[in-house]
Amino acid sequence: MTKKIVLPPQEGTPAVNEGIKKESNYLRGTLKESMKDPLTGSIGAADQNLIKFHGSYMQDNRDERDERQRKKLEPSYQFMIRVRTPGGAATSEQWLMMDEMARTYGNGTLKITTRQAFQLHGILKWNVKAYMQEMNRVLLDSLAACGDVNRNVMCNVIPTTSKIHEEVYQWSVKVSEHLLPKTQAYHEIWLDGEKVHDTPQVEEVEPIYGELYLPRKFKIGIAIPPSNDTDIYSQDIGIIAIVEDNELKGFNITVGGGMGMTHGDDETYPQLGHLIGFVTPEQLLVTTEKIVTIQRDFGNRIERKNARFKYTIDRYGIEWFKEELHKRLGFELEEARQFHFERTGDEYGWVKGENGNWHFTLFIQGGRVKDFEDYPLMTGLREIAKVHEGRFFMTPNQNLVISDITPTKKRKIQSLITKYKLTDGKHYSALRRNSIACVSLPTCGLAMAEAERYLPSLITKIEEILDESGLHEQEINIRMSGCPNGCSRAAIGEIGFIGKGPGKYNMYLGAAFNGSRLNKIYKENVDEATILQELRTIIPHYAKERLEGEHFGDFVIRANYVEATTDGTNFHTKPSVLR
Amino acid sequence: MVLQVVNSPFTEQQIQLLNELVPNLSAEQKTWLAGYLAATTQHGQTNQPAVIVEEVQAPIKTITASILYGSQTGNAKKLATQFAEELKQNDVQVEVYSMVDFPVKKLKKVDNLLIVTSTQGEGEAPDNAKTFYEFLHGARAPKLENLKYSVLGLGDTSYDLFCQTAIDFDTQLHKLGGVALVPRVDCDLDFQEDASNWFTAVQQALLQQSGVGATIAQEKVSSTQEVTAYSRQNPYYAEVLEKINLNMTGSNKETYHVELSLEGSGISFTPGDSIGIYPKNNTARVQSLLEALAIDANDHVTIQQEELTIQEALTHRLEISVLTKPLLEKLGVSPLPEVAWREGRDLIDLVKSYDVKLDAQTLADTLRKLPPRLYSIASSYDANPDEVHITVGLVRYDIEERHYEGVTSGWIASELAIGDQIPIFIQENDHFRLPKDDEPIIMIGAGTGIAPFRAFIEQRDETGATGESWLFFGEQHFVTDFLYQVEWQRYLKEGTLTKMSVAFSRDQAEKIYVQHRILEEAKTFYEWLEKGATIFICGDEKQMAKDVEAAILQVIQEQQNTTEHEARAYLERLTQEKRYLRDVY
Repeated sequence: MTKKIVLPPQEGTPAVNEGIKKESNYLRGTLKESMKDPLTGSIGAADQNLIKFHGSYMQDNRDERDERQRKKLEPSYQFMIRVRTPGGAATSEQWLMMDEMARTYGNGTLKITTRQAFQLHGILKWNVKAYMQEMNRVLLDSLAACGDVNRNVMCNVIPTTSKIHEEVYQWSVKVSEHLLPKTQAYHEIWLDGEKVHDTPQVEEVEPIYGELYLPRKFKIGIAIPPSNDTDIYSQDIGIIAIVEDNELKGFNITVGGGMGMTHGDDETYPQLGHLIGFVTPEQLLVTTEKIVTIQRDFGNRIERKNARFKYTIDRYGIEWFKEELHKRLGFELEEARQFHFERTGDEYGWVKGENGNWHFTLFIQGGRVKDFEDYPLMTGLREIAKVHEGRFFMTPNQNLVISDITPTKKRKIQSLITKYKLTDGKHYSALRRNSIACVSLPTCGLAMAEAERYLPSLITKIEEILDESGLHEQEINIRMSGCPNGCSRAAIGEIGFIGKGPGKYNMYLGAAFNGSRLNKIYKENVDEATILQELRTIIPHYAKERLEGEHFGDFVIRANYVEATTDGTNFHTKPSVLR
Repeated sequence: MVLQVVNSPFTEQQIQLLNELVPNLSAEQKTWLAGYLAATTQHGQTNQPAVIVEEVQAPIKTITASILYGSQTGNAKKLATQFAEELKQNDVQVEVYSMVDFPVKKLKKVDNLLIVTSTQGEGEAPDNAKTFYEFLHGARAPKLENLKYSVLGLGDTSYDLFCQTAIDFDTQLHKLGGVALVPRVDCDLDFQEDASNWFTAVQQALLQQSGVGATIAQEKVSSTQEVTAYSRQNPYYAEVLEKINLNMTGSNKETYHVELSLEGSGISFTPGDSIGIYPKNNTARVQSLLEALAIDANDHVTIQQEELTIQEALTHRLEISVLTKPLLEKLGVSPLPEVAWREGRDLIDLVKSYDVKLDAQTLADTLRKLPPRLYSIASSYDANPDEVHITVGLVRYDIEERHYEGVTSGWIASELAIGDQIPIFIQENDHFRLPKDDEPIIMIGAGTGIAPFRAFIEQRDETGATGESWLFFGEQHFVTDFLYQVEWQRYLKEGTLTKMSVAFSRDQAEKIYVQHRILEEAKTFYEWLEKGATIFICGDEKQMAKDVEAAILQVIQEQQNTTEHEARAYLERLTQEKRYLRDVY
């Protein structure tokens, strides 16, 4: 039995969220009551914070705000629910349930997130509970999909190495389960679970987190080199599977990556994780747990903008951190093993796994699954799920792998793919195939500019320049976020856009194609015309003068468009080299 | 009527002019002038009567009369009060009662009984006439051999049971032994002229009882009467300040919030009142009718000595949307189409289906006047003195291939624009009034039935009323149809509104309506009744008010653990105490 966790004191007034957590009785708050209030589709401010820990954000359709105000209606409050799917895995049964729920309670579409999770938008307050219960029937939950806890654990989806992938995927599930909050609040509020009577005063309900949980969100991802599709340097904890002789030996660990920042505040910045060593599989869970507890105890609980783990590490130094970790673990991490990353993007189409089963990676623009005019994507996937016996894997690039198709089933699946015109995206430019956009407007409350709804049309215009330069098949990462919080990991896009205001973006260049270097600001607060004008210079230049195999992100540094960002702490250094 | 220097504030010259003018004015002209003068002298000046009236001679024998009215929208009440004033001028001793207030024991002692009553819905008595109606038709009704009476009915010929309540009263009073002073008159929507004729006849018959005979005093203007220049006969042209469709895309409804300017009009009103709006017929509908009848739009017709084109007449003056029985009879349509066929169809359908042929003038002579449409006022005069707000639901439906829209609501929805000026008048509605500021109220409304409650709460907010208030509201969908949502939220937060219960019928598999919410809250609902709450119901009678009444009866019966009969008696008492009030349509 763990005693109540008492955190070391910090100087200053704790952030508002800390008080909300403290008062919440382990994430209960007044959610039960406020979800029932029939006069508003919203819930109170404190409950809005708490419901994130349950995997949901209260949002409203921002496109309708003005109109509704004129009509004397409150904003169209609705809930986004993000489902916890470690490694992006879903059975056909689960896929069909999500599909049905999206059409019954949601806005009729599914979003595959950049963290390999299902996300449903547009769920009305009165339907949230029913949704949670339906999801529970197919063994899915949304616990800790958002909030100041460890979020959905990501995992590489290259399924060709079937045995290793399965093993590593299972570790992502174990890490996720291990770091789940233990409070019964989720069961009580959504699943009509029995209320746990009289929480004992001395016993700790949350042996890892304590009643204040973490100071800020926390993210973990696992990669299997040479693919860095999970962008492990962007994670609070990056886990790199070390495979030798087709055996999983263990994992290299990185700590302190993170994307978010605040416009105009140079004290905030994106950072890449630092490699700290190697652990065996048996050491993985305890290692992640102890890392989490260090952030719990030392993360900044006064200033939320500086509360992410990356700032804790940068403040105390990596050597201090390693020492603290060794102290808590009781053993030292081994030296990191050799590994090599090539890329972050997905490879599309049919591939055969080593066990003889087939996998089809489907290109899904912006991760949005719906029936488009002339492209019945959602229907097609539903029909596939009705016959598919393997699993689905949502990729970190918002695409979908229809996985583990037996050779005998392949023909059937292919006929459905053909029938519904589902696409591996091969006819698209390599730029589009390597694009990521966050949701942004109209539902995200943080959005300052469009992302998912706009990036496709911007790419169409960039494609003209690429085609003229003969670069249609040149892979370049392009990422767009509507705000600086970084859901699309735009700070490690070879071309990155971060929203500043309607139609205006900060434009970043120079990240590494394999995710190992951040980009650098190139132009501030620019509109589409300026973006295209700049690319009309840089892309033909790249086409003409690139070296053999040189990626766009490397070229723009060599050609002095931007300086290389060598560490998050110099991300904001203005470009000193002028062309 | 002769003015003199000594009995008026005028100079001799003025009196000469006035005495030349005034006797030659028609009643309508006088009313208008009185109102005009009153309105134009309103600001800061003494409220002197516009015309001072000469004393009339005392009659030989005192005549007594009781006027009872049964009124839903206030027209019957207004006429009753007006008649009483005029009879008093002729020294008839008159008492005026709303039927609900009339002490039935007195009935035996009444010499002359005048009844002015409207008819509600499908031939039912208006709310404040129900108890008297039942009394008169019940076992306790007395013999009335000495009674002289007459009945004036107000109604709408578009209902087949036209003026049924008036007919019932007439028949029953006759059965009980009463003798008619003058025959009953049933008025259509445009009631003024017929009502006035009936009254003149009644007055003559009464005065003959005293021996005064035909020397009836002229219509007069009382110095205490509050008059504005504008009336049903002389509507005010109010500017449209705002027009908002309150429903979001995806709704089955279109509900318009319309704000009209009253600035400078001198018009005021009380929460519970309605406004009447004179609409215009849809341009395309008029066009289609003319085409169907092969009448040239520019053909001239004469209506009440005024010459205008048939197109103008059909647009602004005549009703073309309702197939009333009298209209069909006048047109000689044979066989008479069934009620079910007529329901919702209009003159165009009739012309096409029955091969009706008419020239322009015959058409103009046959159709009844385009009646004004009444809307419950949705704002408080005290809170917004220069404005009046209404909440208008667009009526629309399809029969076979054709799409129909309500005359007024369709016009408001598709043609009315901000800045337009539209003819309106205030329709007082004294039977739908807030109780004292410290008394609790329960308001039950569905759809546009919410309108008067917005006026109530605005008023209570403005006056800082301390009484509790509980609002029930029903519509189809929370997201698209929650009329005035943010206002209710604000009133709840500030405490002007104590409690609100909502029912959105189509947000779940089973339909939930306001009556279900009443039953869910049975205990609290009954407690409110016991602490003196007044119940207000506003909205559709057939779709809502009946079910709500059944729910309230069930609540009373269950909470009192009593019989249905007792529960009815309880509700009856509430009606008597004016604590069960309905504004239904």
